Amino acid sequence: MWSERRTFLKASLLAGGGLALEAFTAVPARALAAAGGAGALATAAAHGELTAFVSIAPDGIVTITAKNPDMGQGTKTSLPMMVAEELDCDWAQVRIVQADADTARYGFQMAGGSMSTPTSWMPMRQTGAAARAMLLQAAAQQWSVPVAGLTTSSGRITHAASGRSCGYGEVASAAAQLAPPAAESVPLKQPGEFKIIGRAIAGIDGPRVLRGEPLFGIDTRLPGMLYAVYEVAPAHGGRLVKANIEAAKRAPGVRHVVPIIGDGNADSGLADGVAIVATHWWLANEARAKLDVQWDLARAKGHSTEAYRARASEALAKGGGHELRRDGDPDAALASAATRVSARYDYPFVAHAALEPQNCTALFKDGKVEIWAPTQSPGPGRELTQKLLGLPALEDVTVHVMRSGGGFGRRLMNDYMLQAAAIAKALPGTPIQLIWSREDDIRRDYFRPAGWHALEAGLDAEGRLIAFTDHFVTFGQGENTARGANFTLTMPPADLIPNLRFTQTTMPTVLTTGWLRAPGSNALCFMSQGFLDEVAHAAGKDLPALMLELLGEPRVIPPFGGRGVPFDTARARAVIEKVLETSQWRTGATGARGAAGAARAKGFAFYFCHRGYFAEVVDASVADRAVTVHKVWVAGDVGSHIINPFGAENQVRGSIIDGLAQALVGQAIDVVDGVVQQSNFHDFPLARMPITPAIDIAWVHSDHPPTGLGEPSLPPVIPALTNAIYAATGTRIRSLPVKLPAA
Amino acid sequence: MTYRLHINGQVHAIDVPGEMPLLWVLRDSLGLVGTKYGCGMALCGACTVHVDGVPQRSCRLPVSSVGDSEITTIEHIGSTEIGARLQKAWLDTDVMQCGYCQAGQIMSAAAMLAVTPKPSHAEIRATMAGNICRCACYNRIENAIRIAAGLEPGGESHDKEHTDVV
Repeated sequence: MWSERRTFLKASLLAGGGLALEAFTAVPARALAAAGGAGALATAAAHGELTAFVSIAPDGIVTITAKNPDMGQGTKTSLPMMVAEELDCDWAQVRIVQADADTARYGFQMAGGSMSTPTSWMPMRQTGAAARAMLLQAAAQQWSVPVAGLTTSSGRITHAASGRSCGYGEVASAAAQLAPPAAESVPLKQPGEFKIIGRAIAGIDGPRVLRGEPLFGIDTRLPGMLYAVYEVAPAHGGRLVKANIEAAKRAPGVRHVVPIIGDGNADSGLADGVAIVATHWWLANEARAKLDVQWDLARAKGHSTEAYRARASEALAKGGGHELRRDGDPDAALASAATRVSARYDYPFVAHAALEPQNCTALFKDGKVEIWAPTQSPGPGRELTQKLLGLPALEDVTVHVMRSGGGFGRRLMNDYMLQAAAIAKALPGTPIQLIWSREDDIRRDYFRPAGWHALEAGLDAEGRLIAFTDHFVTFGQGENTARGANFTLTMPPADLIPNLRFTQTTMPTVLTTGWLRAPGSNALCFMSQGFLDEVAHAAGKDLPALMLELLGEPRVIPPFGGRGVPFDTARARAVIEKVLETSQWRTGATGARGAAGAARAKGFAFYFCHRGYFAEVVDASVADRAVTVHKVWVAGDVGSHIINPFGAENQVRGSIIDGLAQALVGQAIDVVDGVVQQSNFHDFPLARMPITPAIDIAWVHSDHPPTGLGEPSLPPVIPALTNAIYAATGTRIRSLPVKLPAA
Repeated sequence: MTYRLHINGQVHAIDVPGEMPLLWVLRDSLGLVGTKYGCGMALCGACTVHVDGVPQRSCRLPVSSVGDSEITTIEHIGSTEIGARLQKAWLDTDVMQCGYCQAGQIMSAAAMLAVTPKPSHAEIRATMAGNICRCACYNRIENAIRIAAGLEPGGESHDKEHTDVV
């Protein structure tokens, strides 16, 4: 666990006076091994990665560096809250600055996987507490009194016995001369003493956003900057043959037209394309029509949604597949079952569609490149850029991390950064801002991969689930799955029943696939909790009853294969019980739950991912094939504390509506010969205000370190909705997005 | 051709093709980057500005059609009474996640309140349906509009929120 990783502190005097305190945490051996033990991460490993950086100026202003990008998930506010809490200062004294990409200094800088909270909980607090301890020691020395006689409050130190007091800033320079304490030795506050953690604090960038100040990557403005588009092949994997460069050059406002041959890495490298650079982005975009590009699209031939579906159907009918996990003897158990239930489920490709389109600003000058990027993954982007441009040192690439207008996993990939860098290199000395059109953004997404499942379950004579099999058809080559297309081997009911088998068949795709908020889980939860609802009905019970029965006695199940996160059945039970209570599931306050044909009913689902336990109930009605979601109840356990209720509830509300949108508004990406058919919000719709239900959030606090909230509340809402639709109408939804049959 | 545009109380002379949408004049000619590009098809509302007080999608508004109209953008809305009320309600209730759509949300809400000072639940939802928030802060957007309008916080989409702002 990260909470057990050792943290080392280093103090120094600020240039203008005051205390600078840095906390270095050992780089996990596994992360280092994954990075090949090379490059900047190895440098970070030598001294540890800088997890927290706080400075206290002579005027008492506390500056805390946010090392990870913020794309709306709120860590730029919530992580500094941890530091400020233990430092015991007022939030009004705190300033937050965004760090540039610097792997050698910060180690991994990434916003993804709901990881920021769990990895920061101890180091951030230890750093704040250590800074406070040093300030206290400096004051004690100055006043020649024992430290024990000093107290702090709101960024001031008081010696009650003598009535003396001073602000932190007044002793900050003196504190900088002291040796920092061992991080683990500094006493932390008791939870009852928290003044900042647990308070609803508004996001730090809010005022600037509401005044329309430049803040996002797309807002970057540099002297002499030009605007660029990058025309790529209509089909994924297409190669550039020729283009009418001169015609595009003659278009109004166009300054440069640059054909670029990519690096041949169609998955995560630089795609072939033609850059048009103009005085205004709109002029660059208009000139695309003049290019008349010829592409070689042969590679994408036959890569169509229909063909994928047919292949998947064939594979499921044939059975077999590569065995991922087998427990007990599922075939024998199925053969002996009193009741067998089987079904097929599927879900489509989905685009991320963050509202700020992919963009990146770059300036190549004197053999170095400077980049301003809204990215979730600045460190890897920097290394990829160095490699692509063939620059001698990582220091030749500077990446300024800009606020991202949404991420959802899309900006973990840095393809747009490589494009901007390549264009900038072709135009040395001219800053360029590459902006993708919305159409570029939808068509060149790293899509949540589609998937197909054949499921079978066996119940014994007493209605107990004794066997479960899932044959998963996904994308990849042989046993290797495409990015974001892998199975979760701990998906319930794994580890909860004796006989189980997961098998997998892959097929290749030319589409780029990737991680969408709650990767894997956002699809697997729909399929597995939907199917288990069918199993529960076959056993004459409801899904929460089946889940509670499967979870059984409170116990901690170690991660399958020894890697990953343990699963605590007591925590799972607690959130299920909680949501049954808040939604009045058992007393049935709304609709005729479980009675097929009712127009309005509730549905339930549970899931565990990203260390968060979530149980959810959806109250929905169906009329004229249209689904209305009235209310969603959420019960979640993400540990002992909700750091910032403002941010936390925003993450949950957003996840719930995001999940409902995936099911209800018609989100599906189709492809024909490698060409994505959707292009903008008319054919790839997003949630709008009218679909927003009431959302009731209940936290279950457990005695575990806090974990992240960017993702884990999303997956259950989809099957909770489809299970509600079944309860209301008798129609089982086994395919996303939801389509109801004509009456 | 040169256009004389009245923007946020100032006159700007701009030499661009007449078909260029106002959005790109604001962003790329004048550096007023608060107005955002989201779709270019008037589908998402991120580019909403006021033209003589009427909300318009600037991504589809040719600069040649603007004439002498007074244009107000997010950079200036805080100097209006309604705009300031909305900004305060937005901050007090921490509406935003990523924040990218919020300029458009505020501009649409401000135009609505200027015409309908006390909008109903249905009016808020119908009017604001044109503005996409990909992070889906919709519960709080509706709630903040109600607060700014002097209505009871809440409404059907709203539940108990923590309000002990530091």
